[in-house]
Amino acid sequence: MTARASRRTVRWHGRATPWLFLLPGLVVVVGFSLYPFVNTLILAFTDARVLGGGTFTGGENFTRMVDDPQFWTALRNSSLYVIGVVPPLVLLPLLLALLVQRQIPGIAFFRTAFYTPVVASMVVVGLIWTWMLDSRGLVNSVLEQLGLVTEPVPFLTDEWLLLISAMLVTVWKGLGYYMIVYLAALANVSRDLHEAAEMDGAGAFRRFVSVTVPAVRSTMVLVAALSAVAAFRVFSEVYILSGTSGGPGGADTTLVMLIRQVGIGLSGELGYSSALSLVLFILTLGLLLATMRLNRAEDTE
Amino acid sequence: MKRTLRYLLLVAVLLLCIGPFLWQLSTSLKGVGEDIYSNPPRLFPAEPTVTNYTRVADVVPVWRFAFNSLLVAVANVLLNCVGAAMAGYALARLRFRGRRAALGAFVLSLLVPGEAIMISLFLMMRSLSLDDTLVAVVLPGAVAALNVLLMRNAFARQSRAVEEAALIDGATTWQRFSRIAVPSAGGTLAVVAILSFMFSWDDFLWPLIVLRNPENYTLTIGLNYLQGTFASDQRLVAAGTIIAVAPLLALFICLQRYFFRGAGEGAVKG
Repeated sequence: MTARASRRTVRWHGRATPWLFLLPGLVVVVGFSLYPFVNTLILAFTDARVLGGGTFTGGENFTRMVDDPQFWTALRNSSLYVIGVVPPLVLLPLLLALLVQRQIPGIAFFRTAFYTPVVASMVVVGLIWTWMLDSRGLVNSVLEQLGLVTEPVPFLTDEWLLLISAMLVTVWKGLGYYMIVYLAALANVSRDLHEAAEMDGAGAFRRFVSVTVPAVRSTMVLVAALSAVAAFRVFSEVYILSGTSGGPGGADTTLVMLIRQVGIGLSGELGYSSALSLVLFILTLGLLLATMRLNRAEDTE
Repeated sequence: MKRTLRYLLLVAVLLLCIGPFLWQLSTSLKGVGEDIYSNPPRLFPAEPTVTNYTRVADVVPVWRFAFNSLLVAVANVLLNCVGAAMAGYALARLRFRGRRAALGAFVLSLLVPGEAIMISLFLMMRSLSLDDTLVAVVLPGAVAALNVLLMRNAFARQSRAVEEAALIDGATTWQRFSRIAVPSAGGTLAVVAILSFMFSWDDFLWPLIVLRNPENYTLTIGLNYLQGTFASDQRLVAAGTIIAVAPLLALFICLQRYFFRGAGEGAVKG
């Protein structure tokens, strides 16, 4: 730009400049997220397979789904996962945040230590707990030493115990993350309110219910939304703890495990797998909208 | 008295949170001769040894896995920092037709769960002949929408004054971006780098789908493979998990400030 030109119009940038800045980001987001999504949408209505196929079949994949017991098992497990994991993940990290909120000596160390499971990958965490919960693992040895059980508890081989164990692992790994989210919210809660309530003789429980909870309610909804969406998409915990099998007879298979199982390999049924993916997407979005609506409804009260 | 109770609770949670890691470490240091199933359990190895770490490298190429993981993570960090900063800057600072549409594309992609498009992504990688390569592992997360929005907010918070002065002095858009805007967004850029590294190092499902040849395995996939093949020897699996988790723990301990900030910002924006 010459001196004269710039004096006439001080322009921030040329016409193409913004698009050059956006190019890498847009290529990735459109190419590897939005386009595959549209493709999934289309494949869901075809009989595409890894080897051949690909003609339009209308809603056939979805009618097949209704009659597929595997689908219902997977849907049940993923839904149970949301129900089992969300309440503890909304409540426990809040209590933990209250525990580490006060600046007492050594608190930074505790906060850091409580966050450690968040940093480790789910595979590492899953393998650690596979060993802990083994029939001859630490948890069973301790339970036997304490005389609480005489036979090892089949944490990883019983259909229901396996699902519950996986939920506990999810909660264990998520505690520190949501603790930090709550700490940020608690920093804005006025101490005066707490002290006033204490002066009025309100006990710790009463103060928690009538001062702390209302103050962090929108954060609780956020945590519920985040953990619900993540829980519905559960894969690694169940996959690793079950030794990749999905539990006895595949009874603990989740929706994401089923999508992978159906779609991958030489006999992969891409159409059906895409239809399952679409169901996953719609239900995830529904969960998100439902929790957000919950927040709005409470706001207008 | 109240404070004592608080510390007791803190120590109890501490044991619950890092106890399992320490037990894994202890198992990895127990020699082949030591009974790892002893009851009552032995918390500390009788004769600590690192032979499991060399043995695990004999049964699977664990250092190769670690190298692949590092390669993927470094690429992911670089691409995310550059791509997200550039896109974030355009969205926050530049005025142009189509800006809302561009922003919409990023927000929309936040709503699409990776699990719902993985089959379609796999097909894409195959038709690009990229399946079973590390490039395919990196590409889908190369510029994460969340990072773009984080950078956009960071740039939007900055004052325009310095950039306007530079503009009068004839600085180009790229110069204003790289010399003024980016250096003052260092904190958020560090958060983006940390989040990208952690996400990539810990990612499991997508590499599991796209990688076949053990030569190309990342650590998470490699550990799954190790567990499947040598589950009988928990000492080896334990050594493998320690190798996988140690670098990230070291990073976390050095840079915890940014990890915590990432958790706060990532949650609110996600």
